[in-house]
Amino acid sequence: MVHFFTETNLGIVLLVTAQCLLVLVPLLVALAFLMYADRKVWAAVQMRRGPNVVGVFGLLQSFADFLKYIVKEIVVPAGADKFVFFLAPMISLVMAFIAWAVIPFNEGWVLADINVAILYVFAVSSLEVYGVIMGGWASNSKYPFLGSLRSAAQMISYEVSIGLIIIGVIISTGSMNFGDIVNAQKGSWGIFNWYWLPHFPMVFLFFISALAETNRPPFDLPEAESELVAGYQVEYSSTPFLLFMIGELTAVVLMCALVSLLFFGGWLSPIPGLPDGILWMVGKMTFFFFIFALVKAVVPRYRYDQLMRLGWKVFLPMSLGWVVIVAFLAKYEALGGLWARWTIGG
Amino acid sequence: MTAAAFAFYAFALTTLVGGLFTVLSRNPVHSVLWLILAFLSSAGLFVMLGAEFVAMLLMIVYVGAVAVLFLFVVMMLDIDFAELKAEMAKYMPLALLIGIIILMQLFMAFGVWNFSDGAAERVAAPQGDVQNAVALGQLVYDKYLMLFQLAGLILLVAMIGAIVLTMRHRSDIKRQSPIAQMMRDPAKAMELKDVKPGQGL
Repeated sequence: MVHFFTETNLGIVLLVTAQCLLVLVPLLVALAFLMYADRKVWAAVQMRRGPNVVGVFGLLQSFADFLKYIVKEIVVPAGADKFVFFLAPMISLVMAFIAWAVIPFNEGWVLADINVAILYVFAVSSLEVYGVIMGGWASNSKYPFLGSLRSAAQMISYEVSIGLIIIGVIISTGSMNFGDIVNAQKGSWGIFNWYWLPHFPMVFLFFISALAETNRPPFDLPEAESELVAGYQVEYSSTPFLLFMIGELTAVVLMCALVSLLFFGGWLSPIPGLPDGILWMVGKMTFFFFIFALVKAVVPRYRYDQLMRLGWKVFLPMSLGWVVIVAFLAKYEALGGLWARWTIGG
Repeated sequence: MTAAAFAFYAFALTTLVGGLFTVLSRNPVHSVLWLILAFLSSAGLFVMLGAEFVAMLLMIVYVGAVAVLFLFVVMMLDIDFAELKAEMAKYMPLALLIGIIILMQLFMAFGVWNFSDGAAERVAAPQGDVQNAVALGQLVYDKYLMLFQLAGLILLVAMIGAIVLTMRHRSDIKRQSPIAQMMRDPAKAMELKDVKPGQGL
C-alpha cells in the first residue's frame, strides 16, 4: 500500500491530489466564515448588526451568498472580449490558490518544501495583478478600465517595498524556505525571539503594503465605489464575480499567513514551554485577518496621488535603507547576532 | 514516459505555442498575453533544469513587472485593425526577405556548430548540496563583483536618462501640495467627538 503511493506514478498523483485537497477544502470553508467575520467586524464598528438571518447568528450567510452567485445569470457586455473576460476571474482565483502550495502550517506540514518558497509566493502574488488588468480591459467599459489601470500601478508600486522588506528577513535567516525562516525565530524567549522585534519598523510597512497589494481599504482605489462604481468588477456578475471575490479574499488570508510566518513565528508558541503547533499558526492568521477587517472599518480611503506618494517616496526609501542597515547589523552580528540568525537556527 | 519528461514536453509545447501566437494573433493585447504564457512556461523549463532561482526571477521580473508594463502600454493604444491589415500586405515582401535572411544565417551558424568534448557534462545542473541561489550569489557577488556592479551602473544611467528625457514640468495644471496638506492643523479642520462604545453619537 505504501509502495503504491510512493513508487507508482498513479499513486503519487493520487497522493499529491489528496494533499492539495487537504489544504484547499479547509481553506475554502474557512474563507466562508472569514467573509462572515469580515462583515460582522465591519458592522460592529459601525454599530450595525451585520448578517444575522441565515443560520444561528447569520453564520451560514456566506453559503447563502454562494448559492445566490451560482444560480444567477451571467451577463456579458456586448463589446467584451469574451475569452479574456472569463479568463480574468479564473486567473485571479488560481493565482490566489497556488501560492498556498509552499505555505507551511506546522513543522513540515507543507505541500511543496522548495528552497525558493518565499520567492515563489512573491512571484505568484505579482501575477495576481493580471486578473485585475485583464478583467478591466476585457469588459470594454470605462470604469473597469480605469480601475484596472489604477490597480496595475498600485500593485507594482507596493510589490517593490514588499520585496525589499522580505529581503531583510532573508538576510537575517540566510534561507528562503519558510520552514527555515520560522525555525530561525525559535528560541528560549518565546515571543521575543520572533522577527517582529529586530525588524520592528518593517512589520508595519509590510502590513500596510499588504493592504495595498491586496486592494483592501484604505487602498481599495481600483474599486473605489465613490469614483469608479466598483472598478474592474463593474461588468462582472454571478460566478465570475464570485471567483474574483474568492480570489481577493484568499490573497488577503495569504498575506495574513505571510505576516505570521515572516514576523510572528508561524507555528511557534509565544510562551516558552507551551507546545508549538498548527493552532498557533491558525490563531495568528485569524488575528491578522481581524486587524485587516478592523482597518477596513476604521480608516478612510486614500486619495490616489497620496497612495502613489506613500509607496514610492516613503516606503521605498525606508525599506531600501532598512535592507542596508540589516545587512550591516547581520554582518557584524550586532547585539549578539539578533539579526544574524543563520548562526542560531536556519 | 516519466513525469519529468511529460512535464518537459508540456512546458516546451506551451512555450512554442505561446511564442507562435504572440506573432500570429491579431489583437496586440492577446499577443502580450500569449507572450506572458511563453514566459511562464519557460520559467517551468528553468525549474526542470534545476535552476529554480532563475525561474522565480524570470517570473518576478519579466512576468510580474516588464510584461505588466507592456500590457499597460498596449491596452492604451488605439489601433484600427482593418487599417493595420492593409498596411501589413504592403510590408509583407520586405518582412519575408528579412525573415528568410535571418533563417539562413541561423542555418549557416548551426550547420558548422561543433560541440567541444565534454560539453554535455558542463551544461548539467550543479551537483551536490549547493542551492543555486547560493551558487549564483557567490559568482555574482564574489567572483564577478566588478562586472556586476558595472552592469548595475549602466542600468542606473539608462534609468536616469529615461526619466530626464521624458520629464517635463507643466506649470499650467493644478497640483496637490502634500506638505501643505500634512502641515494643516487638525484642530482647525475638524471637530473631535468622544464616541462612547456601543452608543454612537
